[in-house]
Amino acid sequence: MSDAAIAKPKDWVPAGDLQTEISAEKMLLELPRELQFITGSEAAREAIRRANVDVAISYPITPQSETMQQAGYLYDDGYIKEYYRGEEEIGVMSAIAGASRAGVRALTATSGPGLMRGMEAISSWPGARVNPILLNMCRVINTPLAIQPDNIEMSFLINTGMLMLHAENQQDFFDYTLAATEVVDHVDVTLPCVVSVDGFFVTHARGPVSLPSEKYKLTKRDGWKNCVPAMDNENPPARISRDAPIQKSNFISYHMHASWQQEVFAAVERSGKYFEKLLQGRIEVVNPGAEDFIIASGSAVSQAREAVRQEGEQGRTVGLVKVKTIRPWPGQQIIAAVKDAKRILIPEFNQAGWLHKEVCSTLYGECKAKIFGGPRVYGGMTMPTEMVLEWLAQARKDYP
Amino acid sequence: MSLDTIKPSPGFLEHLPVEYQDLVNHGQYGKQMKATDMGKFKELIEEHPMCAGCAMTLFIRLAFIALPCPEHSIMVGTAGCGRLAISQGNVPFIYGNYGDTNSTASGLKRALEIRFPNQKKDVIVMAGDGGLIDIGFQGLMHSWFRREKFTTIMLDNEVYGNTGGQESGMTVQGKVLKMAPRGKVNEKTDAMGLAKVAGVDYIARIVPTNPARVMRTIRRAILVAREIGSTYIQAYTSCNIEYSIPTPEVMKDAFDIEKERYGFEEIISDRAKEFLAEVEKKPKK
Ligand SMILES: Cc1ncc(C[n+]2csc(CCOP(=O)(O)OP(=O)(O)O)c2C)c(N)n1
Ligand code: SF4
Repeated sequence: MSDAAIAKPKDWVPAGDLQTEISAEKMLLELPRELQFITGSEAAREAIRRANVDVAISYPITPQSETMQQAGYLYDDGYIKEYYRGEEEIGVMSAIAGASRAGVRALTATSGPGLMRGMEAISSWPGARVNPILLNMCRVINTPLAIQPDNIEMSFLINTGMLMLHAENQQDFFDYTLAATEVVDHVDVTLPCVVSVDGFFVTHARGPVSLPSEKYKLTKRDGWKNCVPAMDNENPPARISRDAPIQKSNFISYHMHASWQQEVFAAVERSGKYFEKLLQGRIEVVNPGAEDFIIASGSAVSQAREAVRQEGEQGRTVGLVKVKTIRPWPGQQIIAAVKDAKRILIPEFNQAGWLHKEVCSTLYGECKAKIFGGPRVYGGMTMPTEMVLEWLAQARKDYP
Repeated sequence: MSLDTIKPSPGFLEHLPVEYQDLVNHGQYGKQMKATDMGKFKELIEEHPMCAGCAMTLFIRLAFIALPCPEHSIMVGTAGCGRLAISQGNVPFIYGNYGDTNSTASGLKRALEIRFPNQKKDVIVMAGDGGLIDIGFQGLMHSWFRREKFTTIMLDNEVYGNTGGQESGMTVQGKVLKMAPRGKVNEKTDAMGLAKVAGVDYIARIVPTNPARVMRTIRRAILVAREIGSTYIQAYTSCNIEYSIPTPEVMKDAFDIEKERYGFEEIISDRAKEFLAEVEKKPKK
């Protein structure tokens, strides 16, 4: 739309036009891959390059800025059609929703305080049945101010009706972003998705990421294929305004509002089958049948893996459940995985222990294990493997 | 071709609701209506739940009739009295969060340009004075700084009507309202001046005392936004409830305020002037 300050030459071909469209299934599960050693922010860039994004709007915040300025370069190359720096986060989250309402694929990214600032807009996305992708590089939100990784902010998203993925590492950040991009477009889903990752530990550190060729991109969003019409005035508007049920707030019946909410949360559940396929399971289970289990999401999974490995070296089998989709919550899968466990540890990178609460409410009455709310680190601290090992030893001592 | 958007398939028309048939057969799609024709055609907005005699509803009704291309227009509104009527119109309406209009419209308009490179879509923000100058101030100003190509219409009733009569940034100094128990301390915000400084291409201040002029102003603003840049209309739309204006005197109040401090004014950039001279010189069809 805007007249660029630096115009492209007349014969410029946007790089995105040279890519071939394919399905997420083909992109994630079939194409050959090549290994690179890149940061999480770069992994996000490579996902965006292949996600066929129409509109990206950004507002800088540490540690997200890396990713969205990379998105700027992708726009300059022609992988993204429209891009600008918004006024601040509530403006960005509103603008992204405006773009998504018009039927295009929209994406933005933020971190802790930015997420909280945009929260009124973000929490209105699911009910408006808009489906942008939000990348969230977790960062402390509590005072005193810090820019360190800590994923307490995810607890504020849990009951919004958004789809929520939690990436363990750079590879997940790439894969989950592409999976989310396709899942949100299904007509029986039409919901936004937030892909969270623990800031710095993943965004600014390098890790091995295997990538399919950049010659491919996902099929474009089809604005006609929504569970509600796109806001483009291509449908007869005779009082079937797309937002009608929500906008007449003073007059809408309680039943209508309740059923609208029920449908949003039913759509969250319906997305499960698509994630199941694209992420090859919504949970990953290591050492099924173990007596001791660790249930974790995000970076805590890596710490847990190392603890499981070291325990293995000592001849002790410890199980691990990695939770990939926080919403839809894979409750039944978790119950099945840990039904015979005796002790369960839930390590987290936040003070509130939101994952612990989720797991407890799922397993209550379903399993006899003693569930430990920890270990927990927060405010930017790392979690030494020794800490997990100490908690395991203590748990065995206290509950033999 | 725009009219095709709302043309039902042959054989289907008779099965559609009468209201819809009327819109197609006797509505304003594909035509330009005049203020003097009011009452003779199927209007886009015909009923609303706003207070009896509210001047805002008259203005909104005129705004709908003035749309140069309703079949390709999208309205963006927010919390406030106006949305109660705007949401009843036969034009898609986005109702987001309070104060988010100009940010939402920025993303919407740019996205529509990607999806419909060959069909101009008019995006019109219509929101209250509180929604634009207080809570939505940042989004408003930045949409102007970015020269976003849509029209912003402020329904300036100089009060927060929908929440029961609190002072807004557009209330005049000294006025006693809720949350201004000793009278408003500051002056009415100079939104026109801000628009000018921000480089808005077409700016107008108006009171709905002259329907033909209201319609002409809205059309100009939408056409300039389509081709040139941001446009802004500030309309005095009195709140008879919170300002205790007896219903039969609403129009008298409008004339008085217009004379006193709300005279019609247009501020047009050179490029918008050039453009308007061009479109308005074309012979009328
Ligand atoms: C975030 C948020 N804050 C406050 C409100 C409450 N609210 C709804 S309408 C309104 C005032 C509307 O005043 P104005 O924008 O001037 O429009 P009017 O009703 O006068 O037409 C307020 C404060 C809200 N809906 N959302
Ligand atoms: S409260 Fe005032 S502005 Fe709102 S509908 Fe009633 S008269 Fe109109």
